[in-house]
Amino acid sequence: MIEVTDFARFLSRWKKYISFFRLRFSMGLQYRTAALAGIATQFVWGFMEINVFYAFNQSDPAAFPMGFEQLASYIWMQQAFLALFMTWFMETEIFDSIMDGNICYELCRPIDIYDMWFARSVANRTSRALLRCVPILIVAFFLPAPYALTLPPDALTFLRFIAAMVLGMTVTVAMCMLVYMLSFFTVSPQGLRIIFAMTAELFQGIVIPIPFFPPRVQKILELLPFASMENVPLRIYSGHISGGEAVRAMLLQVFWIVALVAIGKLICGSAMKKVTLQGG
Amino acid sequence: MIEMKNIRKTYRVARRNAGFGEVLKSFFHRDYETVTALDDVSFSIRDGETVGYIGPNGAGKSTTIKILSGILTPDSGECLVDGRVPWKNRIDHVAKIGVVFGQRSQLWWDVPVVDSFELLKDIYSIPPDIYSRNKDELTELLDLGEIIRTPARQLSLGQRMRCEIAASLLHSPSILFLDEPTIGLDAVSKIAVREFIVRLNRERKTTIILTTHDMQDIEAITKRIILIGKGKILLDGDISDISGSGDIDHTVAELYRTYEI
Repeated sequence: MIEVTDFARFLSRWKKYISFFRLRFSMGLQYRTAALAGIATQFVWGFMEINVFYAFNQSDPAAFPMGFEQLASYIWMQQAFLALFMTWFMETEIFDSIMDGNICYELCRPIDIYDMWFARSVANRTSRALLRCVPILIVAFFLPAPYALTLPPDALTFLRFIAAMVLGMTVTVAMCMLVYMLSFFTVSPQGLRIIFAMTAELFQGIVIPIPFFPPRVQKILELLPFASMENVPLRIYSGHISGGEAVRAMLLQVFWIVALVAIGKLICGSAMKKVTLQGG
Repeated sequence: MIEMKNIRKTYRVARRNAGFGEVLKSFFHRDYETVTALDDVSFSIRDGETVGYIGPNGAGKSTTIKILSGILTPDSGECLVDGRVPWKNRIDHVAKIGVVFGQRSQLWWDVPVVDSFELLKDIYSIPPDIYSRNKDELTELLDLGEIIRTPARQLSLGQRMRCEIAASLLHSPSILFLDEPTIGLDAVSKIAVREFIVRLNRERKTTIILTTHDMQDIEAITKRIILIGKGKILLDGDISDISGSGDIDHTVAELYRTYEI
Protein backbone atom coordinates (compact mmCIF):
# COMPACT_ATOMS: atom_id res chain seq x y z
CA MET A 1 0.00 0.00 0.00
CA ILE A 2 2.82 2.33 0.96
CA GLU A 3 4.45 1.73 -2.40
CA VAL A 4 1.29 2.68 -4.27
CA THR A 5 0.89 6.01 -2.46
CA ASP A 6 4.59 6.71 -2.85
CA PHE A 7 4.28 6.13 -6.55
CA ALA A 8 1.23 8.37 -6.75
CA ARG A 9 3.09 11.09 -4.89
CA PHE A 10 6.03 10.69 -7.23
CA LEU A 11 3.74 11.07 -10.24
CA SER A 12 1.95 14.11 -8.90
CA ARG A 13 5.30 15.67 -8.04
CA TRP A 14 6.38 15.30 -11.64
CA LYS A 15 3.05 16.47 -12.96
CA LYS A 16 3.68 19.92 -11.49
CA TYR A 17 6.87 20.37 -13.41
CA ILE A 18 5.50 18.89 -16.60
CA SER A 19 2.53 21.21 -16.43
CA PHE A 20 4.87 24.12 -15.86
CA PHE A 21 6.90 23.00 -18.84
CA ARG A 22 3.77 22.75 -20.97
CA LEU A 23 2.61 26.29 -20.23
CA ARG A 24 6.03 27.83 -20.82
CA PHE A 25 6.43 25.77 -23.97
CA SER A 26 3.10 26.80 -25.47
CA MET A 27 3.85 30.39 -24.52
CA GLY A 28 7.19 30.20 -26.32
CA LEU A 29 5.48 28.93 -29.45
CA GLN A 30 3.29 32.01 -29.74
CA TYR A 31 6.12 34.49 -30.33
CA ARG A 32 6.14 34.12 -34.11
CA THR A 33 7.74 37.41 -35.13
CA ALA A 34 10.65 36.85 -32.77
CA ALA A 35 11.13 33.44 -34.35
CA LEU A 36 11.19 34.86 -37.89
CA ALA A 37 13.70 37.52 -36.89
CA GLY A 38 15.79 34.86 -35.20
CA ILE A 39 15.80 32.64 -38.27
CA ALA A 40 16.93 35.53 -40.50
CA THR A 41 19.72 36.48 -38.11
CA GLN A 42 20.94 32.92 -37.82
CA PHE A 43 21.11 32.55 -41.60
CA VAL A 44 23.16 35.69 -42.09
CA TRP A 45 25.40 34.78 -39.19
CA GLY A 46 25.90 31.23 -40.47
CA PHE A 47 26.85 32.44 -43.96
CA MET A 48 29.26 35.00 -42.57
CA GLU A 49 30.98 32.52 -40.33
CA ILE A 50 31.31 29.88 -43.03
CA ASN A 51 32.80 32.47 -45.39
CA VAL A 52 35.38 33.56 -42.84
CA PHE A 53 36.41 29.96 -42.30
CA TYR A 54 36.39 29.39 -46.06
CA ALA A 55 38.95 32.16 -46.51
CA PHE A 56 41.04 30.66 -43.74
CA ASN A 57 40.85 27.24 -45.34
CA GLN A 58 41.84 28.62 -48.76
CA SER A 59 44.92 30.35 -47.40
CA ASP A 60 46.27 27.32 -45.54
CA PRO A 61 44.29 24.04 -45.70
CA ALA A 62 47.03 22.20 -43.76
CA ALA A 63 46.44 24.38 -40.68
CA PHE A 64 42.69 23.68 -40.72
CA PRO A 65 41.93 21.34 -37.79
CA MET A 66 38.58 20.07 -39.09
CA GLY A 67 37.37 18.96 -42.51
CA PHE A 68 35.63 21.89 -44.19
CA GLU A 69 32.37 19.90 -44.57
CA GLN A 70 32.57 19.03 -40.88
CA LEU A 71 32.92 22.70 -40.07
CA ALA A 72 29.96 23.67 -42.30
CA SER A 73 27.78 21.08 -40.55
CA TYR A 74 29.06 22.30 -37.18
CA ILE A 75 28.05 25.88 -37.97
CA TRP A 76 24.63 25.08 -39.45
CA MET A 77 23.69 22.82 -36.56
CA GLN A 78 24.94 25.50 -34.19
CA GLN A 79 22.72 28.12 -35.84
CA ALA A 80 19.70 25.80 -36.04
CA PHE A 81 19.86 24.87 -32.36
CA LEU A 82 21.21 28.19 -31.11
CA ALA A 83 18.42 28.55 -28.54
CA LEU A 84 19.43 25.35 -26.78
CA PHE A 85 22.97 26.43 -25.92
CA MET A 86 23.24 30.22 -25.88
CA THR A 87 24.06 31.39 -22.40
CA TRP A 88 22.74 34.89 -23.01
CA PHE A 89 19.29 33.38 -23.57
CA MET A 90 18.43 33.81 -19.95
CA GLU A 91 14.98 34.70 -18.77
CA THR A 92 14.57 38.35 -17.94
CA GLU A 93 11.37 37.46 -16.13
CA ILE A 94 13.29 35.39 -13.60
CA PHE A 95 15.81 38.17 -12.97
CA ASP A 96 12.96 40.68 -12.70
CA SER A 97 11.07 38.56 -10.22
CA ILE A 98 14.18 38.41 -8.04
CA MET A 99 14.81 42.14 -8.37
CA ASP A 100 11.28 43.46 -7.90
CA GLY A 101 10.15 40.90 -5.37
CA ASN A 102 7.52 39.19 -7.52
CA ILE A 103 9.23 36.02 -6.49
CA CYS A 104 7.12 36.12 -3.33
CA TYR A 105 4.29 34.56 -5.30
CA GLU A 106 6.56 31.76 -6.47
CA LEU A 107 7.66 31.18 -2.89
CA CYS A 108 3.99 30.80 -1.94
CA ARG A 109 3.69 27.70 -4.09
CA PRO A 110 4.18 24.16 -2.86
CA ILE A 111 7.00 23.70 -5.31
CA ASP A 112 10.78 23.78 -5.32
CA ILE A 113 12.08 27.03 -6.82
CA TYR A 114 15.15 25.43 -8.39
CA ASP A 115 13.18 22.62 -10.03
CA MET A 116 10.49 25.01 -11.22
CA TRP A 117 12.92 27.40 -12.88
CA PHE A 118 14.82 24.48 -14.34
CA ALA A 119 11.66 23.12 -15.98
CA ARG A 120 10.84 26.61 -17.15
CA SER A 121 14.25 27.18 -18.75
CA VAL A 122 14.22 23.83 -20.51
CA ALA A 123 10.76 24.62 -21.91
CA ASN A 124 11.81 28.06 -23.01
CA ARG A 125 14.86 26.78 -24.85
CA THR A 126 13.21 23.80 -26.53
CA SER A 127 10.20 25.81 -27.71
CA ARG A 128 12.46 28.46 -29.22
CA ALA A 129 14.72 25.90 -30.88
CA LEU A 130 11.78 23.95 -32.26
CA LEU A 131 10.30 27.04 -33.89
CA ARG A 132 13.57 28.02 -35.51
CA CYS A 133 15.45 24.87 -36.44
CA VAL A 134 13.32 23.46 -39.27
CA PRO A 135 13.73 26.21 -41.91
CA ILE A 136 17.45 26.54 -41.18
CA LEU A 137 17.99 22.78 -41.42
CA ILE A 138 16.08 22.49 -44.69
CA VAL A 139 17.81 25.38 -46.44
CA ALA A 140 21.28 24.47 -45.14
CA PHE A 141 20.76 20.93 -46.37
CA PHE A 142 20.16 22.04 -49.96
CA LEU A 143 23.10 24.45 -50.20
CA PRO A 144 25.93 23.70 -52.71
CA ALA A 145 28.61 21.21 -51.77
CA PRO A 146 31.22 22.48 -49.30
CA TYR A 147 28.77 24.88 -47.62
CA ALA A 148 25.98 22.41 -47.08
CA LEU A 149 24.84 20.67 -43.96
CA THR A 150 25.64 16.99 -44.44
CA LEU A 151 23.98 13.96 -42.86
CA PRO A 152 25.91 12.20 -40.08
CA PRO A 153 27.98 9.17 -41.19
CA ASP A 154 25.67 6.57 -39.59
CA ALA A 155 22.59 6.03 -37.42
CA LEU A 156 24.62 5.40 -34.26
CA THR A 157 26.32 8.77 -34.66
CA PHE A 158 22.94 10.41 -35.04
CA LEU A 159 21.61 8.75 -31.87
CA ARG A 160 24.72 9.80 -29.98
CA PHE A 161 24.23 13.31 -31.29
CA ILE A 162 20.64 13.44 -30.00
CA ALA A 163 21.70 12.16 -26.57
CA ALA A 164 24.63 14.59 -26.41
CA MET A 165 22.37 17.44 -27.45
CA VAL A 166 19.92 16.72 -24.62
CA LEU A 167 22.81 16.47 -22.17
CA GLY A 168 24.39 19.63 -23.56
CA MET A 169 21.21 21.62 -23.12
CA THR A 170 20.88 20.32 -19.58
CA VAL A 171 24.43 21.48 -18.79
CA THR A 172 23.59 24.89 -20.28
CA VAL A 173 20.44 25.24 -18.17
CA ALA A 174 22.22 24.04 -15.01
CA MET A 175 24.92 26.65 -15.65
CA CYS A 176 22.37 29.44 -16.16
CA MET A 177 20.65 28.33 -12.95
CA LEU A 178 23.85 29.22 -11.11
CA VAL A 179 23.60 32.77 -12.43
CA TYR A 180 19.93 33.01 -11.39
CA MET A 181 20.76 31.73 -7.93
CA LEU A 182 23.75 34.03 -7.49
CA SER A 183 21.65 37.04 -8.43
CA PHE A 184 19.81 36.62 -5.11
CA PHE A 185 23.00 37.94 -3.55
CA THR A 186 23.64 40.96 -5.77
CA VAL A 187 21.84 44.27 -6.17
CA SER A 188 21.81 43.97 -9.97
CA PRO A 189 22.45 40.75 -11.91
CA GLN A 190 23.67 42.55 -15.04
CA GLY A 191 27.41 42.36 -14.33
CA LEU A 192 27.25 38.73 -13.39
CA ARG A 193 25.23 37.93 -16.44
CA ILE A 194 27.56 39.67 -18.89
CA ILE A 195 30.76 38.19 -17.48
CA PHE A 196 29.20 34.76 -17.53
CA ALA A 197 27.82 35.05 -21.08
CA MET A 198 31.10 36.39 -22.50
CA THR A 199 33.18 33.69 -20.86
CA ALA A 200 30.80 30.99 -21.95
CA GLU A 201 30.65 32.24 -25.53
CA LEU A 202 34.39 31.94 -25.95
CA PHE A 203 34.98 28.74 -23.98
CA GLN A 204 31.92 27.00 -25.35
CA GLY A 205 33.13 27.05 -28.95
CA ILE A 206 30.64 29.60 -30.26
CA VAL A 207 33.07 32.26 -31.46
CA ILE A 208 35.40 29.63 -32.90
CA PRO A 209 35.00 25.85 -32.47
CA ILE A 210 37.27 24.41 -29.77
CA PRO A 211 39.50 22.47 -32.27
CA PHE A 212 40.70 25.87 -33.53
CA PHE A 213 42.30 26.73 -30.20
CA PRO A 214 45.99 25.93 -29.62
CA PRO A 215 46.33 22.23 -28.60
CA ARG A 216 47.26 22.92 -24.98
CA VAL A 217 44.45 25.39 -24.42
CA GLN A 218 42.14 22.93 -26.11
CA LYS A 219 43.00 20.22 -23.57
CA ILE A 220 42.01 22.46 -20.70
CA LEU A 221 38.90 23.87 -22.38
CA GLU A 222 37.58 20.40 -23.11
CA LEU A 223 37.47 19.60 -19.40
CA LEU A 224 35.51 22.73 -18.47
CA PRO A 225 31.71 22.63 -18.21
CA PHE A 226 31.47 25.12 -21.10
CA ALA A 227 32.76 22.48 -23.52
CA SER A 228 30.02 20.11 -22.35
CA MET A 229 27.35 22.36 -23.83
CA GLU A 230 27.34 22.59 -27.64
CA ASN A 231 30.88 21.48 -28.37
CA VAL A 232 30.16 17.79 -27.75
CA PRO A 233 26.92 17.30 -29.73
CA LEU A 234 28.08 19.43 -32.68
CA ARG A 235 31.38 17.63 -33.01
CA ILE A 236 29.71 14.24 -32.66
CA TYR A 237 27.26 15.18 -35.42
CA SER A 238 29.93 16.33 -37.82
CA GLY A 239 31.95 13.19 -37.11
CA HIS A 240 34.87 15.09 -35.63
CA ILE A 241 34.72 13.02 -32.47
CA SER A 242 33.48 9.45 -32.49
CA GLY A 243 33.76 6.06 -30.80
CA GLY A 244 35.29 5.96 -27.32
CA GLU A 245 36.09 9.65 -27.45
CA ALA A 246 32.43 10.52 -27.94
CA VAL A 247 31.35 8.27 -25.07
CA ARG A 248 33.95 9.81 -22.77
CA ALA A 249 32.78 13.30 -23.71
CA MET A 250 29.20 12.34 -22.90
CA LEU A 251 30.22 10.90 -19.53
CA LEU A 252 31.89 14.22 -18.77
CA GLN A 253 28.60 15.93 -19.67
CA VAL A 254 26.79 13.73 -17.16
CA PHE A 255 29.41 14.57 -14.54
CA TRP A 256 28.92 18.31 -15.10
CA ILE A 257 25.14 18.01 -14.90
CA VAL A 258 25.38 16.28 -11.52
CA ALA A 259 27.96 18.75 -10.23
CA LEU A 260 26.25 21.91 -11.47
CA VAL A 261 22.82 20.88 -10.23
CA ALA A 262 24.28 20.01 -6.82
CA ILE A 263 26.03 23.38 -6.55
CA GLY A 264 22.92 25.20 -7.83
CA LYS A 265 20.69 23.54 -5.25
CA LEU A 266 23.16 24.38 -2.52
CA ILE A 267 23.18 28.06 -3.45
CA CYS A 268 19.40 27.97 -3.79
CA GLY A 269 19.11 26.62 -0.24
CA SER A 270 21.20 29.39 1.25
CA ALA A 271 19.48 32.02 -0.91
CA MET A 272 16.11 30.91 0.45
CA LYS A 273 17.37 31.32 3.99
CA LYS A 274 18.66 34.82 3.53
CA VAL A 275 16.22 36.14 0.98
CA THR A 276 14.75 39.47 1.93
CA LEU A 277 11.72 40.66 0.12
CA GLN A 278 11.21 44.34 0.14
CA GLY A 279 8.33 46.72 -0.21
CA GLY A 280 4.69 46.31 -1.15
CA MET B 1 -5.37 28.81 14.54
CA ILE B 2 -2.59 31.32 14.06
CA GLU B 3 -0.22 32.18 16.85
CA MET B 4 2.65 34.64 16.76
CA LYS B 5 4.81 35.04 19.83
CA ASN B 6 7.53 37.66 20.30
CA ILE B 7 8.40 37.75 16.62
CA ARG B 8 11.31 39.99 15.70
CA LYS B 9 12.55 40.77 12.21
CA THR B 10 15.28 43.18 11.19
CA TYR B 11 16.64 44.23 7.82
CA ARG B 12 20.08 45.55 6.97
CA VAL B 13 20.07 48.76 4.97
CA ALA B 14 23.16 50.32 3.36
CA ARG B 15 22.92 54.06 3.93
CA ARG B 16 25.13 56.85 2.72
CA ASN B 17 25.01 60.60 2.18
CA ALA B 18 24.77 62.31 -1.20
CA GLY B 19 27.89 63.25 -3.16
CA PHE B 20 30.45 61.57 -5.36
CA GLY B 21 32.96 61.18 -2.53
CA GLU B 22 30.40 59.23 -0.57
CA VAL B 23 29.76 57.00 -3.58
CA LEU B 24 33.47 56.20 -3.87
CA LYS B 25 33.72 55.54 -0.16
CA SER B 26 30.77 53.18 -0.25
CA PHE B 27 32.47 51.26 -3.03
CA PHE B 28 35.03 50.04 -0.52
CA HIS B 29 33.14 50.19 2.69
CA ARG B 30 29.44 50.24 3.33
CA ASP B 31 27.82 51.31 6.52
CA TYR B 32 24.91 49.10 7.28
CA GLU B 33 22.19 50.08 9.63
CA THR B 34 19.75 47.68 11.15
CA VAL B 35 16.12 48.57 10.67
CA THR B 36 13.65 46.80 12.88
CA ALA B 37 10.60 45.82 10.88
CA LEU B 38 8.91 43.79 13.60
CA ASP B 39 9.65 44.26 17.27
CA ASP B 40 8.20 41.69 19.64
CA VAL B 41 4.98 41.06 17.75
CA SER B 42 2.48 38.68 19.33
CA PHE B 43 -1.13 37.90 18.55
CA SER B 44 -3.37 34.94 17.97
CA ILE B 45 -6.22 34.43 15.55
CA ARG B 46 -8.90 31.75 15.84
CA ASP B 47 -10.16 29.59 12.98
CA GLY B 48 -12.79 31.31 10.88
CA GLU B 49 -11.99 34.79 12.16
CA THR B 50 -11.54 37.84 9.94
CA VAL B 51 -8.91 40.30 11.08
CA GLY B 52 -7.99 43.68 9.65
CA TYR B 53 -4.32 44.40 10.00
CA ILE B 54 -3.76 48.13 9.75
CA GLY B 55 -0.99 50.65 10.17
CA PRO B 56 0.83 53.32 8.19
CA ASN B 57 3.25 52.57 5.35
CA GLY B 58 6.36 50.79 6.56
CA ALA B 59 4.75 49.69 9.82
CA GLY B 60 5.53 46.02 9.21
CA LYS B 61 2.24 44.73 7.79
CA SER B 62 3.69 43.07 4.72
CA THR B 63 6.58 41.66 6.73
CA THR B 64 4.06 39.97 9.03
CA ILE B 65 2.16 38.51 6.08
CA LYS B 66 5.39 37.26 4.55
CA ILE B 67 6.45 35.57 7.77
CA LEU B 68 3.03 33.96 8.15
CA SER B 69 3.16 32.68 4.59
CA GLY B 70 6.61 31.16 5.01
CA ILE B 71 8.51 33.49 2.69
CA LEU B 72 10.54 35.24 5.36
CA THR B 73 12.33 33.79 8.34
CA PRO B 74 12.10 35.95 11.47
CA ASP B 75 15.20 36.69 13.58
CA SER B 76 13.59 35.31 16.69
CA GLY B 77 10.23 34.37 18.15
CA GLU B 78 7.73 31.61 17.62
CA CYS B 79 4.98 31.25 15.11
CA LEU B 80 2.52 28.45 14.56
CA VAL B 81 -0.11 28.30 11.84
CA ASP B 82 -2.41 25.29 12.34
CA GLY B 83 0.49 23.66 14.18
CA ARG B 84 3.02 24.33 11.42
CA VAL B 85 6.07 26.59 11.60
CA PRO B 86 5.69 28.43 8.25
CA TRP B 87 9.36 28.90 7.33
CA LYS B 88 10.51 25.46 8.56
CA ASN B 89 8.49 23.48 6.09
CA ARG B 90 7.55 26.00 3.46
CA ILE B 91 6.25 23.58 0.85
CA ASP B 92 3.86 21.76 3.23
CA HIS B 93 2.69 25.04 4.68
CA VAL B 94 1.97 26.98 1.51
CA ALA B 95 -0.11 24.12 0.09
CA LYS B 96 -2.73 24.92 2.75
CA ILE B 97 -2.87 28.71 2.59
CA GLY B 98 -3.84 31.26 -0.03
CA VAL B 99 -2.10 34.60 -0.49
CA VAL B 100 -2.98 37.66 -2.55
CA PHE B 101 -0.46 40.46 -2.90
CA GLY B 102 -2.43 43.41 -4.21
CA GLN B 103 0.57 45.09 -5.78
CA ARG B 104 1.88 42.05 -7.61
CA SER B 105 0.56 39.53 -10.06
CA GLN B 106 0.60 35.77 -10.03
CA LEU B 107 -1.07 35.36 -13.42
CA TRP B 108 0.97 34.52 -16.49
CA TRP B 109 0.99 37.66 -18.53
CA ASP B 110 0.73 36.48 -22.13
CA VAL B 111 -1.72 33.62 -21.83
CA PRO B 112 -5.44 33.49 -20.92
CA VAL B 113 -6.12 33.50 -17.18
CA VAL B 114 -7.59 30.02 -17.36
CA ASP B 115 -4.16 28.68 -18.40
CA SER B 116 -2.73 30.07 -15.17
CA PHE B 117 -5.58 28.36 -13.30
CA GLU B 118 -4.80 25.03 -14.98
CA LEU B 119 -1.16 25.38 -13.98
CA LEU B 120 -2.14 26.10 -10.36
CA LYS B 121 -4.32 22.99 -10.45
CA ASP B 122 -1.25 20.87 -11.15
CA ILE B 123 1.08 22.81 -8.86
CA TYR B 124 -1.26 22.31 -5.91
CA SER B 125 -2.25 18.81 -7.08
CA ILE B 126 -5.93 19.74 -6.83
CA PRO B 127 -8.20 16.75 -7.58
CA PRO B 128 -10.10 17.37 -10.87
CA ASP B 129 -13.59 17.38 -9.32
CA ILE B 130 -12.62 19.86 -6.59
CA TYR B 131 -10.84 22.02 -9.13
CA SER B 132 -13.79 22.27 -11.49
CA ARG B 133 -16.22 22.84 -8.62
CA ASN B 134 -14.05 25.64 -7.20
CA LYS B 135 -13.43 27.16 -10.59
CA ASP B 136 -17.13 27.24 -11.47
CA GLU B 137 -18.10 28.63 -8.09
CA LEU B 138 -15.41 31.33 -8.13
CA THR B 139 -16.22 32.22 -11.74
CA GLU B 140 -19.82 32.76 -10.77
CA LEU B 141 -19.24 34.62 -7.51
CA LEU B 142 -16.54 36.92 -8.87
CA ASP B 143 -18.35 37.30 -12.19
CA LEU B 144 -15.40 36.07 -14.24
CA GLY B 145 -17.27 34.46 -17.18
CA GLU B 146 -15.49 35.67 -20.33
CA ILE B 147 -12.65 37.27 -18.36
CA ILE B 148 -10.81 34.04 -17.66
CA ARG B 149 -10.49 33.36 -21.37
CA THR B 150 -8.65 36.67 -21.88
CA PRO B 151 -4.85 37.09 -21.61
CA ALA B 152 -3.98 38.65 -18.25
CA ARG B 153 -2.24 41.63 -19.84
CA GLN B 154 -5.48 42.78 -21.47
CA LEU B 155 -7.50 42.88 -18.26
CA SER B 156 -8.34 46.01 -16.30
CA LEU B 157 -6.96 46.18 -12.77
CA GLY B 158 -10.34 45.38 -11.27
CA GLN B 159 -10.84 42.35 -13.50
CA ARG B 160 -7.31 41.18 -12.84
CA MET B 161 -7.65 41.50 -9.08
CA ARG B 162 -10.80 39.38 -9.14
CA CYS B 163 -8.85 36.76 -11.09
CA GLU B 164 -5.95 36.99 -8.62
CA ILE B 165 -8.31 36.32 -5.73
CA ALA B 166 -9.90 33.39 -7.56
CA ALA B 167 -6.42 32.00 -8.32
CA SER B 168 -5.55 32.02 -4.62
CA LEU B 169 -8.64 30.04 -3.68
CA LEU B 170 -8.64 27.23 -6.24
CA HIS B 171 -7.00 24.82 -3.82
CA SER B 172 -9.55 25.57 -1.04
CA PRO B 173 -7.10 26.99 1.51
CA SER B 174 -8.33 27.26 5.08
CA ILE B 175 -6.48 30.55 5.59
CA LEU B 176 -6.36 33.47 3.18
CA PHE B 177 -3.90 36.34 3.47
CA LEU B 178 -4.88 39.46 1.57
CA ASP B 179 -2.20 42.13 1.32
CA GLU B 180 -3.93 45.30 0.09
CA PRO B 181 -6.38 43.53 -2.22
CA THR B 182 -8.37 46.68 -3.05
CA ILE B 183 -5.47 48.99 -3.86
CA GLY B 184 -6.21 51.06 -6.95
CA LEU B 185 -9.63 49.57 -7.59
CA ASP B 186 -12.73 51.55 -8.60
CA ALA B 187 -15.82 51.65 -6.40
CA VAL B 188 -17.64 48.84 -8.20
CA SER B 189 -14.69 46.44 -8.07
CA LYS B 190 -13.99 47.32 -4.46
CA ILE B 191 -17.53 46.49 -3.44
CA ALA B 192 -17.45 43.25 -5.43
CA VAL B 193 -14.21 42.20 -3.74
CA ARG B 194 -15.47 43.10 -0.26
CA GLU B 195 -18.75 41.27 -0.69
CA PHE B 196 -16.95 38.24 -1.97
CA ILE B 197 -14.56 38.15 1.00
CA VAL B 198 -17.42 38.43 3.49
CA ARG B 199 -19.26 35.63 1.77
CA LEU B 200 -16.15 33.45 1.61
CA ASN B 201 -15.69 33.78 5.35
CA ARG B 202 -19.33 33.09 6.08
CA GLU B 203 -19.81 30.12 3.78
CA ARG B 204 -16.46 28.38 3.81
CA LYS B 205 -15.34 29.53 7.26
CA THR B 206 -12.03 30.63 5.76
CA THR B 207 -9.80 32.51 8.19
CA ILE B 208 -9.01 35.88 6.64
CA ILE B 209 -6.21 38.29 7.44
CA LEU B 210 -6.47 41.50 5.50
CA THR B 211 -4.09 44.44 5.32
CA THR B 212 -5.35 47.65 3.81
CA HIS B 213 -5.24 51.42 3.96
CA ASP B 214 -8.86 51.63 2.98
CA MET B 215 -10.88 51.86 6.19
CA GLN B 216 -14.11 51.09 4.39
CA ASP B 217 -12.61 47.68 3.62
CA ILE B 218 -12.15 47.17 7.31
CA GLU B 219 -15.65 48.36 8.14
CA ALA B 220 -17.21 46.09 5.54
CA ILE B 221 -15.18 42.97 6.23
CA THR B 222 -13.86 42.65 9.74
CA LYS B 223 -14.86 43.05 13.35
CA ARG B 224 -11.43 42.80 14.84
CA ILE B 225 -8.52 45.07 14.02
CA ILE B 226 -4.87 44.85 14.89
CA LEU B 227 -2.99 48.15 14.69
CA ILE B 228 0.73 48.03 14.08
CA GLY B 229 3.16 50.95 14.02
CA LYS B 230 6.94 51.06 13.89
CA GLY B 231 7.02 47.29 14.17
CA LYS B 232 5.01 47.08 17.40
CA ILE B 233 1.44 45.96 17.98
CA LEU B 234 -0.29 49.01 19.43
CA LEU B 235 -3.84 47.88 19.61
CA ASP B 236 -5.78 44.67 19.18
CA GLY B 237 -9.51 44.79 19.58
CA ASP B 238 -13.03 45.13 18.34
CA ILE B 239 -13.61 47.82 15.77
CA SER B 240 -16.82 49.06 17.39
CA ASP B 241 -14.99 49.80 20.64
CA ILE B 242 -12.61 52.21 18.96
CA SER B 243 -14.60 53.83 16.24
CA GLY B 244 -17.07 55.50 18.62
CA SER B 245 -19.35 57.82 16.73
CA GLY B 246 -17.30 59.61 14.06
CA ASP B 247 -16.30 58.33 10.65
CA ILE B 248 -13.69 55.60 10.55
CA ASP B 249 -11.01 57.46 8.60
CA HIS B 250 -10.92 60.17 11.24
CA THR B 251 -10.90 57.65 14.04
CA VAL B 252 -7.89 55.87 12.55
CA ALA B 253 -6.07 59.13 11.85
CA GLU B 254 -6.71 59.99 15.50
CA LEU B 255 -5.25 56.61 16.52
CA TYR B 256 -2.11 57.21 14.44
CA ARG B 257 -1.72 60.60 16.13
CA THR B 258 -2.24 59.19 19.60
CA TYR B 259 0.46 56.56 19.08
CA GLU B 260 2.73 58.97 17.21
CA ILE B 261 3.21 56.67 14.22
